[in-house]
Amino acid sequence: MTTEQTRTHAINMSSLGRDEQKNTSEKEETCIEVKDLNLFYSNKQALYGVNMKMPKKKVTAYIGPSGCGKSTLLRCINRMNDLVDNVRIDGQILLDGENIYAKSVNVADLRRRVGMVFQKPNPFPKSIYENVAYGLRIQGINDRAILDEVVEKSLRGAALWDEMKDRLQDNALGMSGGQQQRLVIARAIAIEPEVILLDEPASALDPISTLKIEELINELKETYTIVIVTHNMQQAARVSDYTAFMYMGELIEFGSTNELFTNPTKKQTEDYITGRYG
Amino acid sequence: MDTNKVGHHISQQFDRELEDIRNKVLVMGGLVEQQMDLAIKAFSTSDTALAEQVIKNDSQVNAMESTIDQECMQIIALRQPTAFDLRLLIAVIKILTEIERVGDHAKKIAQMAIHLAVDSDSVDSFYELHHISEMTKAMLHHALDAFARMDIDGLAEMDEADDDVNREYKGIVRQLITRMMEDPRCIGRSLDVLWAAKALERIGDHSCNIGEYIVYMMKGEDIRHTKVSKD
Repeated sequence: MTTEQTRTHAINMSSLGRDEQKNTSEKEETCIEVKDLNLFYSNKQALYGVNMKMPKKKVTAYIGPSGCGKSTLLRCINRMNDLVDNVRIDGQILLDGENIYAKSVNVADLRRRVGMVFQKPNPFPKSIYENVAYGLRIQGINDRAILDEVVEKSLRGAALWDEMKDRLQDNALGMSGGQQQRLVIARAIAIEPEVILLDEPASALDPISTLKIEELINELKETYTIVIVTHNMQQAARVSDYTAFMYMGELIEFGSTNELFTNPTKKQTEDYITGRYG
Repeated sequence: MDTNKVGHHISQQFDRELEDIRNKVLVMGGLVEQQMDLAIKAFSTSDTALAEQVIKNDSQVNAMESTIDQECMQIIALRQPTAFDLRLLIAVIKILTEIERVGDHAKKIAQMAIHLAVDSDSVDSFYELHHISEMTKAMLHHALDAFARMDIDGLAEMDEADDDVNREYKGIVRQLITRMMEDPRCIGRSLDVLWAAKALERIGDHSCNIGEYIVYMMKGEDIRHTKVSKD
């Protein structure tokens, strides 16, 4: 084998590795598929032709500078943008193959299937127990035994049960920020959604609470598909299986987190994740 | 030279830290090249004083390896580098080991120079090694130069050069074995020359490895262990 051949062979070998990776991500079952999504706030376009497939029971992270459209894209997934005036959306988002922007879709049902947690913890000014039980109560479930079971299961799921089991009747606003955020996650999982959207879930928390949330995300992905928006790149690197880099309303690069953080294919991605001028 | 690869961070302090590491690797590479030159010179001229000097200088090479390693670790801990920055640091840590090994081989050649100067009456011990030493010197220079320029052009030729070095080494071994069979009195001398030849051959291998890490650093492709063995 000549040197030339050796090098070509080497390059084929490494590109082979990459193809294998791609195939596995394609083999995974798609949970959410975004198709040619454009979004306008009045006349200003905020998302430009976004296409991506987010696999089931994996964590997908959106990263990018402020104003790049990552929160906007996240909020499209449970139609939160419907609440904003003058928003126009074209394109499709398929959840398990069905377009969530179809006329027949009941938005309340959609939001039951796609739960959301925001940057600032927003527990209701009620007891811890009632916060978690709230989603079931508005569905008309008031059976104490069922509620007890769901509250315990959800608090365990959000890694809060051991801390809170003796304080269930305390007001949720008396909890620490990190605990409140986990309570909000417990509230979201109480109604057993398929997808959990997390919009900067740890940016208002201290490092230890942040790690707890990250650990929780790792456990939750056993059961749920998770999409997270974060400004903290190391957090995206730690918690996610796939990462999407967005810039100025466009999806620049989407791929396995390992690959994107060690060897991104686009220069813009490289500049952003290494902290260089754009 | 594509220095853009290292610079342009929003944190200029980070730019300076990476540039500093890069410079230190270049200084260390230069030192090892010099060590190799001096060792070969000591060997070819039976200059024991020069050989002693090479052996003494090796501790300097070792100290540089530790220092730069430590600095790389600090940057990884404090800056959490990604993409090219991360690959640069990982490549540097690996390249340091290779450079340090080249330093060890230079020391080995210097030690053989001292042996030969003491034992042997012949001053022409070097003629077998003349060619292989030129070849490996060029390979090491080529690899370090590619690191300095951050450029992988021309690295593909390194494999070919290494094949040449290996052939040359096998030739030397054959020649020395023949000599030893002809005249057992020269076994001691021949073995010393053989160790020195082996050290030079290994320097060729280390230079190739440095080239591979530079490809990894620049392109993110791991091309180690991809060469199909011809044996």
